[in-house]
Amino acid sequence: MQPVTLQNVVDSLVDNTLDMSLPFFRPELALCATIVILLFVRIFKGGEYIPSFFIAILGSITALILAFPAEGFESWATMPRQELFTGMLVYDTLTAFIRIFLLSFVVLFIILSRLTGIADAKDGQDYYALVLGATLGMCIMSSANHMMMLFMGVEMASVPSYVLAGIVKGRQRSSEAALKYVIYGAGTAGVMLYGISLLTGVLGSAHLPTMAASLADLDIPNLLTTAEGRLTVMVLVLGGLMLGVGLAFKLSAVPFHFWCPDVFEGASAEVDAFLSVASKAAALVLLLRVGAGLGLTTAELPVADSADPPRVIAVAANETTAPTQNAVLVKQVADSQDATHVGGGPLSPVRRFFVILVSLIAIVSCTFGNLAAYGQTNIKRMLAYSTIAHAGFMMMAVAAAIALAGRDVVDARTAVSALLLYITLYLFMNLSAFAIVAFLRNEMHSEDIADYAGLIRTSPLTAVMMTAVLVSLIGLPPLAGFWPKLRVLQALYMAGGPLMTFVLVAAALNTAIALVYYLRVAKTMCIDPEPDTRGAVSLGFLPAAFVFVVSVPVLIFGILPGPLANWTDLAVSQLFS
Amino acid sequence: MTLSDPKVYLSLLVFLPAVAALVLAVLPRLADESYKLISLAVTIFVFILTLGFFRSGAPIDFEAGVAEMQNLFNVDWIPSFGIQYFMAMDGISFPLVVLTAFLSVLAMGASWPITKHVKGYCILFLLLETGMLGVFMALDFFLFYVFWEVMLLPMYFLIGVWGGPRREYAAIKFFLYTLVGSVLMLIAILMLYFNSDLTRLDAQQLADAGIVSVEKGGDAAQSFEKWKESDLPLAQRYAEITKEADLTQRKQLHTFNILALQQMGQHTDLFDGEALWGKSTQWWAFLLLFIGFVIKVPSVPLHTWLPDAHVEAPTPISMILAGILLKMGGYGLIRICYPICPNAGYQMAYFVCFVGVLSMVYGAFAALAQKDFKRMVAYSSVSHMGYVVLGLGVWSAVADTGYNPDYWKMGANGAMFQMIAHGISSAGMFFMVGVIYDRVHHRDLDKFGGLFAKMPLYSGLAVGIFFAGLGLPGLCGFIGEVFVVLSVWKYSYALAIISAAVVILTAGYILWAIQRVYLGAEYKGPHGEAITPITMRELSIAVPLLVLAIVFGVYPTALLNYMQPSVDMQIDRLAVWTEEHDNRATASNPLGSQDGQVADAWQR
Repeated sequence: MQPVTLQNVVDSLVDNTLDMSLPFFRPELALCATIVILLFVRIFKGGEYIPSFFIAILGSITALILAFPAEGFESWATMPRQELFTGMLVYDTLTAFIRIFLLSFVVLFIILSRLTGIADAKDGQDYYALVLGATLGMCIMSSANHMMMLFMGVEMASVPSYVLAGIVKGRQRSSEAALKYVIYGAGTAGVMLYGISLLTGVLGSAHLPTMAASLADLDIPNLLTTAEGRLTVMVLVLGGLMLGVGLAFKLSAVPFHFWCPDVFEGASAEVDAFLSVASKAAALVLLLRVGAGLGLTTAELPVADSADPPRVIAVAANETTAPTQNAVLVKQVADSQDATHVGGGPLSPVRRFFVILVSLIAIVSCTFGNLAAYGQTNIKRMLAYSTIAHAGFMMMAVAAAIALAGRDVVDARTAVSALLLYITLYLFMNLSAFAIVAFLRNEMHSEDIADYAGLIRTSPLTAVMMTAVLVSLIGLPPLAGFWPKLRVLQALYMAGGPLMTFVLVAAALNTAIALVYYLRVAKTMCIDPEPDTRGAVSLGFLPAAFVFVVSVPVLIFGILPGPLANWTDLAVSQLFS
Repeated sequence: MTLSDPKVYLSLLVFLPAVAALVLAVLPRLADESYKLISLAVTIFVFILTLGFFRSGAPIDFEAGVAEMQNLFNVDWIPSFGIQYFMAMDGISFPLVVLTAFLSVLAMGASWPITKHVKGYCILFLLLETGMLGVFMALDFFLFYVFWEVMLLPMYFLIGVWGGPRREYAAIKFFLYTLVGSVLMLIAILMLYFNSDLTRLDAQQLADAGIVSVEKGGDAAQSFEKWKESDLPLAQRYAEITKEADLTQRKQLHTFNILALQQMGQHTDLFDGEALWGKSTQWWAFLLLFIGFVIKVPSVPLHTWLPDAHVEAPTPISMILAGILLKMGGYGLIRICYPICPNAGYQMAYFVCFVGVLSMVYGAFAALAQKDFKRMVAYSSVSHMGYVVLGLGVWSAVADTGYNPDYWKMGANGAMFQMIAHGISSAGMFFMVGVIYDRVHHRDLDKFGGLFAKMPLYSGLAVGIFFAGLGLPGLCGFIGEVFVVLSVWKYSYALAIISAAVVILTAGYILWAIQRVYLGAEYKGPHGEAITPITMRELSIAVPLLVLAIVFGVYPTALLNYMQPSVDMQIDRLAVWTEEHDNRATASNPLGSQDGQVADAWQR
């Protein structure tokens, strides 16, 4: 063994970074390079003649190509989980999947921004640099394996978003939205940072797996028996809740959703699409990472292919770790384990805490979002509430995944696969909805639902596509939005137990609640008479083609979701192992 | 890929209207008349395709007198979710498929007065037809659900765009009611799916469920062995799971196959586990499914969407709603609720019958009170569909009757017959109301009168169709009603007496309506000058309906030949199940069957 000298440490660090980590980090590096080029190209002579759109689109497509696995998607089935940069980031199939997702979205998004003309020649480079910077932050968010990276990722994604919300200069609403967003974001980031410091203080590390191991060593059921131990647990709970505040802000989950409708109304529709699709997807994956990172250690994971039934392992683990002198408490713990069905092991209290918290917030977000959307007259505000509701629905999948992970890895993977399917199809639905809103805004300078009246007469394709997208957002077959809802409900059913059954019923009934306000928009466009004052509305060829391209998958995947589902299944095949 | 392949033929039948709708959507602008003509041609072609099944001995046909599923096929649709494209027809669904195709032709013919946005109307109408045909043929629970939902959106717009003054309210009410029902159905589907296990079925049961294909006269066990060796994905999963010798460790092989779920419900205890609050999985599944279907039927107290939807919908859509959409609820009860969850059905038999009788009585009284002609016909639908729920629910094959299934068979056959008969008579009644509404633009019963003098031919046809709805002997309505009422006699005297008395109420509101509309000295209401004799187009819609009403009334065997074997087989199976269930209960509890006692107590 080599002696530990500074030289050795530096050498191994360099080796680790250059040989192992950086190759996996190529798409992010491509994004960084694009941002630098975007910002510096104008310094050079003739640089101002290069349209920033081309640089941005070339850079993002390069990043996307680099993100595709070299050996094809089948290689995901055997891809091991790796920690990059000495444990700061994690590279697994989930990272690979979500990176492809985010970068594909960014490519579409840059085209949309170009088509709607929001990024004009003058400040295009700022706009694209901000978008790519936020995307970089989201990539880091969704591969975070360390509290530091978690915080960094959230901030890197948020700060450009604040500016993007106010990118339309000279509009008061837009500036107000940006300011609201900043203040809310800064506040929650501070709370989250405090929570992180509490957690790392008690657990002695900010590296998620190490934190999980120290949590397991703490032996929470035993801690609860002493006054001092209860204090420690209280600090942990407080830290967890504060961390949750930061995540809930990114997810716009109730009760940290207040910024969402205001920002969505004030910001331009394109930016709304970015916030509602990319930002939400990254935040959901981050939530899953936190839940799985703190709630599971590799030691207590049930082995998927083992001949022993998972439940036996769980019970045995429970028996060995539970202190015998506290029979009553053990029984209580066991009982509540039955209620939430999170499996056994030393970390089961953590998972239970996580599952209860996430599922309750999910139900409230989903129901509140759907109910609050009823009264909206502005389409962007309505879609903001719809986003809150959908984020709630997706959080249910996260809760189900963590609840299942302690018992049956295969089922837990199905739950994550449902989440990824949801995220992917949500991209098409929301991107086309906001794209239509943006194009219509350019045509008729209004974002009021009432002004869409009778649109089907003058612009039938737009109205039909928007109706299809809205119905898909409700989740009715045979449109694509149905399948992820179904998969999430299936995951909730598999998770079982009274809590999850309650979530299941609430989720299913929310589908019916959501019907009315989505349909109201469709009704306004298709049934209501056209106002006399409005002239003909037509999108033009390229915008119509864009809308067509992003909304046709809603129809195709509605009838044939198989290939997409296989892909998401592949992306979770190595998870939790 | 020949037309004699059920896969091709049935798919063509179901999806032809949808494809035509797509073609209409991309077609350049045509005259309104051409859209209607193309749609009519498509519906006629679909109807001819269904008539093709009557050519016995042809490469593809539907044989009368056969109880089992015919023209069955099974293809993977979404393998990763375990969903199959699985369709077939038996005596229960075949008459409904033909009725759907037939009424679609007539309803399209009745659509000629529609002049607003004709292209959109035709597209939505054709999409609706695909959904309706699909529901009756799908045997994968999920495929069924998808078709069930496919209908909602076209129906919403058909009522919402082309309806009467309160059309938007009526359309959203219809949508919301049905969606709540289908969400409950979705939960039930998940419950059944996650408790199902194909490995628990034996060779014969798998063959019956259409999973193992057996050649005519072949041996199920042999085919099963061959199937296990085959490289079908399902067979491989089956082999993989059954490799595990230890039964307690074995995984489950879930399925959405309705026939397989029926076998599991009747032959295994898979759905008997406790789900919530001491009730079994199948109890909850039955309850959720029952609510979902009964909303569609509709039964009191979940019927309130129907009068609004019917009154506001344009005439052809009212015909479709009353003639076909309501039948889906009844079809769901007989195809899904009872066979999959027999134990729950047994426990709740009296409740189901009570709901049926309540709808009959309430609907009839409500119809008596109406002043709006169309609303009266709508409430008569509530009343008449009550017979269907009652007939399906009379579980008289219990210990007291020596598990004699005959009366229940009579009830179920009556219910099925009533579905077809009501499909004919209610579509006819709505059409007749539409004919006069097109002329005088009001539906106030008190402002009619004397139409016989001005429109003798129309009035004669209308009276005939209304009599069919009334249940006059010799017309189609009679057979179903009398079967159902007779069958209840063996189940519960109280319900039998009430349901028999409803016939008087029915006669009351229909005769009174005929008196107020058609009889009387002269028409004094508004737009009297607009009353013109019935046109050829209207005649060609009304006459076939009346002819069918008479044919089925005089010669019901024509229909029963196709229907009865399948219905009887299902009831026989359920009767056998009841006996086994009671025996099991007695064996485990010497004091007597608990469930049986509950059911008995309910009866008295």
